This record gives sequence, structure tokens and C-alpha cells, in this order.
Amino acid sequence: MTAAADPITSARPDGAVPTARTAGPQGRRRRKADPFRILAFVILAALALAWLVPVGWAILTSVKTEAEAAAMPVTLIPDNGFTLSAYAETLSEGKVPRWAWNSLFTSTLVTAITVVISALAGYALSRMQFTGRRLIVTLTVASIMIPGQILIVPLFRLMLSLNLVDTYWGIILPQVVAAPMVFILMKFFDQIPKELEEAALMDGASRLRILWSIIVPLSRPILGAVAIFVFIGAWNNFLWPFIVINDANLMTLPVGLQTVISAYGIQYAQNMAQAVLAALPLIVVFLFFQRQIIKGISTTGIAGT
Amino acid sequence: MTTTDGLATPSGTARPAAGVSSELRRRRRRADNLRGWLYCLPFLAAFVLFLIWPTIYGFWMSLTGTSLAGTKTGFVGLENYAEAFSDPYVWSSLLNTVWFTVLSAVPLVIVALVLAVLVNIGLPGQWFWRLSFFMPFLLASTVASQFWVWMYNPQLGLINTVLGWFGITGPAWLQDPNLAMISVVVMTVWWTVGFNFLLYLTALQNIPDHLYEAASLDGAGRWRRLISITLPQLAPTTVLVLVLQMLASLKVFDQIYQMTAGGPGGDTRPILLYVYEVGFTGYRLGYASAISYIFFFLIIIVSIGYMVISSRRSVKS
Repeated sequence: MTAAADPITSARPDGAVPTARTAGPQGRRRRKADPFRILAFVILAALALAWLVPVGWAILTSVKTEAEAAAMPVTLIPDNGFTLSAYAETLSEGKVPRWAWNSLFTSTLVTAITVVISALAGYALSRMQFTGRRLIVTLTVASIMIPGQILIVPLFRLMLSLNLVDTYWGIILPQVVAAPMVFILMKFFDQIPKELEEAALMDGASRLRILWSIIVPLSRPILGAVAIFVFIGAWNNFLWPFIVINDANLMTLPVGLQTVISAYGIQYAQNMAQAVLAALPLIVVFLFFQRQIIKGISTTGIAGT
Repeated sequence: MTTTDGLATPSGTARPAAGVSSELRRRRRRADNLRGWLYCLPFLAAFVLFLIWPTIYGFWMSLTGTSLAGTKTGFVGLENYAEAFSDPYVWSSLLNTVWFTVLSAVPLVIVALVLAVLVNIGLPGQWFWRLSFFMPFLLASTVASQFWVWMYNPQLGLINTVLGWFGITGPAWLQDPNLAMISVVVMTVWWTVGFNFLLYLTALQNIPDHLYEAASLDGAGRWRRLISITLPQLAPTTVLVLVLQMLASLKVFDQIYQMTAGGPGGDTRPILLYVYEVGFTGYRLGYASAISYIFFFLIIIVSIGYMVISSRRSVKS
């Protein structure tokens, strides 16, 4: 898509992606409390609270006993105080830790493989003149239109014949194809001045060496953005792991959670404890890397969806 | 490696004699012909095997009676497509998909715009606003669905509990044919609005300050600046966000499967859920592929529509 390129090309090789400024143009002039700002603050606070309510309600339920979570009438503050028993039971009995490990393992591999193969292809497409280059670029860009969901049926057949159903590789391999990421990286490499490599090429350095010691250090922000985007996508992917995995020991967190819910739908406190535990890793990561994640999503997100 | 020193020197200082350079360049070009393919190979292998081939193979399957149960009926021509067009479930789930897209895309654009404009005013607590509105987007669909199934629970959920305080008996949100779809839409807005919100926030911060300064000098108030500068400047972003949102909404599967399983009575079943049911519970892979391709056709129409609009825009400007 043509317009999708705009925000991407605006990312410069020095990594200066248009960043989040704290003060908008409208607020910079007058800092004193005026009615407009107070009103805006109240509206914003109300909306933010509304957004946090479902999470708060889930956390509140998760620290009740099962009896209290299912008690009518519903109490906001449990009479017998809070308890972590739902968490203790989830962690000791359930498969949540196992699923978390499966998710971490597969998402990390998906991310690593995607970044490496996309960067290699992006570099070749940006810097080397070879027969078929244009064809590859055209096919890659055109393929962005194909919705992955329509491929589940043929992909499942393919996995059956490759004997990859119910394996980690079955989860991982189809997810490493990230045509938008190849395109984003190619565009980014295009903007790095070629002169930087000329000297090294004169010295007889190999292309791989140049990629590693000149291009990669200059592209760290965009590579990070791609990695973050791919990781979040893989960690949260539901449909494909759900199709390709039946063995409860190999399920990723989102898939495993779904099966537990359908199996024991009545343990409300435990269900919420599991959901909160499953949400925790990415939220903690977000709190630590808020700026990078926001930057990453806004640079790669447009072409990535 | 000394080559990294090249970073420090201003570009173009190490310019070699022209003759040597052109000879080297020719040799390099010849080597690049092979190397280019070599570097693209890992990506291309995965690309062809897991994207291009399934796309072709899926189309072939849609022309066959392939079944997961083992029976192979072979080539049946357009029979699957003919069956799909007379299958009421295809029509009803297509209609549900379009209905969901209309209901969700509009609020997902408007709410995102409102949130972004409010946050961009620059009130204190920036990280908190961003965390609140963007965080749900980081949740797996299963987690977000779980939270909302619990919110919507007819007896124990928070929504009906609060309604109860005012003496109102709340409905069974996800089981009521009139409310199930709208309930799923509300959850979807909550879950995914953060992404559009970020796109708008980035666009807002890219509006040049001098536009606002000039308007202020002309005596334009806040409201005036919003109407005549902010919104027009955001128009290209809005088109982009709307199209991306439509494409995303058309592909809805996760939260509906998890919250209503397509019910009640198929009233929320989107087309992808029907593909899943036909293919993986009904084992009719050929027929499921045909329905997938009808859906693919819908996606392509939206994408091409967008490309036509955006190219017309760029011709105009």
C-alpha cells in the first residue's frame, strides 16, 4: 500500500523516529489551571478509569476465595479478606508455568528467526543489484494483502505432511514469514548512505561483515522495533497455535488458557488468576520499555497489520 | 575491523580513483547476482513454503472435495463455490462479519481520535494515560475475552451488579440475540483501540507547530484550531486507520470464538469461524477452502478500494 510507506520512511537511519512529546501544541502556551484543562483532565481521568475497570475487576476476583467469587449478592470487598489461594492453586496444579514457557520459547525463536532472515533479505534487496530483485520486492509487497487466516486449512495440510503437527516447529515456522518487516527493513536500509560501506568494500570486507559491523549498529532502533512487534504478535497469537497443537503440554499460554476455561468454567477465582498471570509478563515488559514499545508499534505497526 | 571508522568520517571523503572503482564495482555486481539470492534464500524459502504455496494449494483444494477424514473426492470444479453461494450459513456469517466491521470500525476510529486529542493536550500523567488506553492491546485475545466474559456474567458480573444497585435487572449480555454482537463490539473497542490511539498520537505530534502559532496570531481559539487545523491535518491518517481497522475487523475470529462461540444461534458467527467449523469440526477441507477464498475476495476488494482512494488523493495534492 502506497500511503503506508509514509510513516516508515519518516524513520531516519539515526533512529530518530518521531517521538512522543509530552506537551501538545495546544497546551504549551498556558500552564496555569484554566477551566478547559480541568475539564479535559476530568474527562480523561474518567475514561482511563473506565479502561482499567475490567482489569481491576478481574484482579479483585482473583484474590477472593472460590466461594466468595461465586457468592450472591456480589461483594466488592470480600468479607473474609483477600487471599492468594487461587494463584497458589493455579501455579501448583495447572499447566500455566508450562504454557508460559512454551510461549516464551516459541515467541523468542519466532522473533530471532524473523529478524535475521528479514534483515538478510532486506539488506540484499536494498543494496545488491541482481536478476529477480524487482520480482521479489513486488511479490513480497503484494503478499501483505493475503490474510494469514485464510491459509489455516492448506497450512494445516502442509503441516500434516511435514509431520509438524503437535510440535514446536509447527507453531514457529509459519510465523517467521513477515513480508511487511522485510519491506520496512529494506526501506530503512535504503536511507543509510552508501558511502559508509564504500570504504569497507574497498578494503575487501565481505558483505556479511559490512551488514554486521556497519548496517546492524546503525539500524538498532528499527531492528528493535521489528523484534518487539513480532514478539508481541507471536506471544499473543491464538488461531494458528490453536489449530496446530492438540497436546496440552505443547500449548502456548493463550491456547492453554482457552482449553482450561472450556473444561472448568465454574472456578471463577482461578480463571481470573490464570488470566492475570498470563497478562502479567507483557505488561511488566511494557512498564519497563514503554517508550521503545510505543515507538516500535507506531513505526512498524502500520505495515504490519 | 577498521571499517567502523568510516562512520565517524563525513560521507564521501574516501573517494577512490574512478578507474579502480568502476572495475571493482563491475566485479562486485557480478558477485552480487549470486549473493543477492543467497541472502534472500532463508526468507524466500519460508515465504514460498508457508505463504505462497498454501495460497496456491488452498485455491486448488477449493476445487476439490478434500476431507480431513481421508476420503478424497478429487477435482469437483466450481461445485464448492456453487454450494457456498446457496449455503445460508455462508450468507449469514458473511453478513455478521460485515455487521461487526461496521459496528466496530467506526467507534474504533472515533474513540481513538478523541483519546489521542485529549492525551495530546499535554495534561500531567502522560505515562498513565498511555498505559491505560494502550495496555489492553498487549493482552492475548484469550485474556481479554476472559476479563469480559466475567464482566458480562449475568449474575456475578460487574456490569449487572452495578445495574442492580440502581434496581435494574441486567440482561444476559452474551446470550441475548439482540445484545451479543454489540457486547462483543464493546469488548473489541476496549481491547484494540490502543493501537489506533497510538497511530493518531504519532500523527498529532507530527503536525507542525507553526500552523498552530499562525492560527493563534489570527486569534483562533482552541475549538477553531481543532476544527480547521488538527482535523484536516489528520485526514490522511484517518483514511489509513479506517482501512486498516476495516481489514482487521473483517478478520475477526478470536474474541467471538472465545466469548460466544458464534452464538446465540449463530447470531455472532463471523465467516472465519464458519471456515473453522466446516474445516476442523466438519472435516470438509475443500469446502472450507472455497469459503476462505470468497472471504479473500472481500479483503482484496477493500484493499484495492483503499489503493484507488489513496492514489487519487496523492494525484490531487
